[in-house]
Amino acid sequence: MSEAIRQESPLVERITSGRKAASPSDAGITLRERPFLGCVNLRGNPDDPDFTDAVKGVLGLALPSGPNTVADSGDITAFWLAPTEWFVRTGANAERDLIAGLEEALAGQHIATNDVTGNFTTVELSGPHARDVLEKGCTLDLHPRAFAPGQCAQTLLGHAGILIRPLADGQAFEIVVRRSFADYMFIWLEDATVEYGGMAVSD
Amino acid sequence: MLHIKCPWCGWRDESEFGYGGEAHIERPKDPDSVSDAEWADYLFFGSNRRGDFRERWVHSAGCRRWFNAVRDTTTYEFKAFYRMGEEPPGGEQ
Repeated sequence: MSEAIRQESPLVERITSGRKAASPSDAGITLRERPFLGCVNLRGNPDDPDFTDAVKGVLGLALPSGPNTVADSGDITAFWLAPTEWFVRTGANAERDLIAGLEEALAGQHIATNDVTGNFTTVELSGPHARDVLEKGCTLDLHPRAFAPGQCAQTLLGHAGILIRPLADGQAFEIVVRRSFADYMFIWLEDATVEYGGMAVSD
Repeated sequence: MLHIKCPWCGWRDESEFGYGGEAHIERPKDPDSVSDAEWADYLFFGSNRRGDFRERWVHSAGCRRWFNAVRDTTTYEFKAFYRMGEEPPGGEQ
């Protein structure tokens, strides 16, 4: 019998030391996974100051109130998902403390916290052709004039539902994808990148 | 491909949405007290309108909220989008 449950990324069979070593030097995009980040789905009423103030006290940031916006503070990132729903992400293995903190601060309120850590993984795409590749399978306008840092969107990449946001420089992107679609997305990206010099995989 | 304006997320492609049929159909408040004919009318018979038609959509690949739209069934042109609970534009149909 095994004594410990081993945490395993859904991309464990794709992101191998051999695959990293085989990365093309002039790759059009570079993929980096950030596995095991704590993920919490938070529901509540954004018009209730008791809710927003208490959440701010725990997260250290105000929940983004505008549709398709995102806020960062330290390890914490809060994505707007819907008018009463946010995706709060924290550091690896920090989700239980975060939920405990939220539950304590929001005790008695009409809210919900759900640990969805095991449901998602996060990847970062960078490189000169990151936007070109994504636009082959995503119908949003990802140009910085339309999709700038601070914005996020839930949409489709190929057939996979994703949560995407541009990173600080507007050239790289962060994608949160369901665990069960991560392998599909990796293969889709590899294929879509062939014409741009292939996809590198990094730590 | 239709372009649909989610009241929260803005314009997105049709592939992000699901269709929910005719809007503003009221479920009988006391289903036990209506006749089979009235129940069947509620359940199966829409207005099958030619022209502006009020219908429900859900932004299933986005914010997953339901909303209403007015679409011309002869041209597929959307005339309006409005949130659940909001008054439909254009008054009585």
